[in-house]
Parts: sequence; C-alpha cells; structure tokens
Amino acid sequence: MYLERKKKDGWSPYLAGALVGLLAIASAWATTQFMGKTNYLGASTTFVRAAGLVEEGIAPEHAAGNVYFTKTKIKVDWQFMLVLGILPGAFIASLSDRSFKLEAVPPLWKSYFGPSVAKRALAAFCGGIVAMIGARLADGCPSGHGLSGLMQLSMSGFVAMACFFGLGILTAHFIYRR
Amino acid sequence: MGTEQILGLITGILFGFLLQKGRVLRFEKQVGAMLLKDMTILKFMLSAILVGMLGILFLADAGVFTISHKPMNVGAVVVGGSLFGMGWALMGFCPGTSIGALGEGRWHALFAIAGMVVGAAIYAELYPWLSNTLMTWKDFGKISLPSALGLSHWLVAVILWAITLLMFYFFEKKGL
Repeated sequence: MYLERKKKDGWSPYLAGALVGLLAIASAWATTQFMGKTNYLGASTTFVRAAGLVEEGIAPEHAAGNVYFTKTKIKVDWQFMLVLGILPGAFIASLSDRSFKLEAVPPLWKSYFGPSVAKRALAAFCGGIVAMIGARLADGCPSGHGLSGLMQLSMSGFVAMACFFGLGILTAHFIYRR
Repeated sequence: MGTEQILGLITGILFGFLLQKGRVLRFEKQVGAMLLKDMTILKFMLSAILVGMLGILFLADAGVFTISHKPMNVGAVVVGGSLFGMGWALMGFCPGTSIGALGEGRWHALFAIAGMVVGAAIYAELYPWLSNTLMTWKDFGKISLPSALGLSHWLVAVILWAITLLMFYFFEKKGL
C-alpha cells in the first residue's frame, strides 16, 4: 500500500529537479559542441515562432512586415523542438506510473468555480495572453529566466523571478480568496 | 530534421519526462506554490538551479562554453515579469509546463496554450511601441549578480547554496 502510494506520488521534486540541473549542463555542452552555439533551456520564444507560423499561413504580408517576427526569425529551431518534445516526454512519464489522466477542469479550480469548462477556458485563455505578453517583454519565462538565468547568476533572472512570484502570489491570493 | 532539431527534441523529451516525474506540471502545484501551500515547484526549480549552477560556472570558467545573460532592462523585466506573474496565477501554468500538462492528459492546458500564442501575436504588434517607450527607461545590459555586487561568482554560488538549503529545511519542517 505504502509503495503503491509512493509510486503514484512520482519522484522527489529534489531528485527530479537535480536531474534537470544535469540536463541543463549537458544541453549547454551538447549545443555548443554540435551547433557551435551555446543554448540554454527556455520556452517562451517558441510561442512567438508558433504565432509567426500561424500568421504566415493566414496573413503572410502582415507577418513579413512585422519587426518582431523578423528579429525573432520564424523557424522551427532547437528550442521549438525542445518545447514540442516536452509533450511526448510527459506522456511517456505519465504512462510509466499510470498518472496519465484526461482532465477537463483542474480539481482546485473546480472546488472554487465549479465544473464549467467555458469558465476555466476563458480564465486560462486570458491568463495566457497576459502571461505571454509579460514573458516576451521580460525576455523569458520560469525556464529561461528562472532556471537558465539563475544557473548563470544573471541579474535579470533574479529580478524576473522576484516579479513572477511576487505578482503571482498576490494575484493567486486575490483569485482564490475566502 | 537537422542535428539542431534532433538535439532539441531529445532534450525536450528528457525535460518533459523529468517535469512530469517531479509532478510540477500540475495546475494544483503551480497555484499551490503561489498560495504558499505547496512548495513542490520551488523545490524542483531550486534543486535544478543549484546543480546546474555548479556545472555551468565550472565549464564556463574552463572555457568550454560561454555564459549568456539576458539584458537587465528595468522597465522590460519589472513590468514584463509582473504581467507574467499575474497571468501565471490566472492560467495555472507557465509556457513549458502547459505543453507538459497536455502530455499527461490535462487537456484544459490547451486553452492556456491558445491564449499564449495569441499573447505572442499581440506582443509582436506592440513591440515597436514598447521598444520606444518602456524599454528605453534604463538598461543595465547583460550583467550578472556577482558583478553587480562586486563579488566572485563562486562566493555568490556558495551563499545561494546556503540560503536555498535553509529554505529546503524550512519547507520540510513546515510540511510545505
């Protein structure tokens, strides 16, 4: 019983996190070795490239005229594949300990705001817009600024993480008050 | 797919696997941290940072690869970071974990992902204006914390290790 519960709980976050630390080192080395350029873990730039690819499909002239897309270069690069790879990685991990579960509304959200998928969808969609505008303005998310920035002791990483968590804590307490 | 894409894909699969095993992809874990009730994501992130820091500082010192700091542009990082925090609390995922959450079956993450793609498109429209306003306030450039403090990066690393281990001790003691 105890072992079964252990299995469902996954690995210790300290262990899984430490392994991500090793992965970050290995990946900085491997990208330098095989691509000639050191790449650090990150995710949010890929969302710009994804938006760019969509716009190239529906309004190519508009996308071509955008300075930010030109600057970011719309292409399926190393980070794009990294972000895509997270999906099968998480899928395999969740199958391996049977924690895969189809879920329409997160249980915590449901306990506060009910089972409406539309309500959750609207909140997640609006939150996503605000968060991504912020991440691009700050030039990174918890992966790029948080993990990679702090590993390199970047000043911007420390300030960004303080803002992420500072406003995150305030906003979460406002949303989930009572 | 070239070498670059294959390398990215392998790294991503391993990253996703570890994110899922650490259970940090869950909406409840992300919001739980912001409600100061469940520190799983902080334990995970800080462990990754402590371990990664040693290897990256050592290999950068040895000249194997170079450090690349993101610019410390005050307006951009503070305003952008704060907007991100607000959106993160509402969405319950960050960019990387939203994709992973979808992978473990939490398909409501699709709404967050769609919002983020739209947010990126909006940002691309706002960029010319922002780069002439907010981003012109004050830019310290690509600086590190040790250089700002005038300390050696190994000393800063030791201090951060000590602070983080104390935090871990506190989290475990309080059962967070």
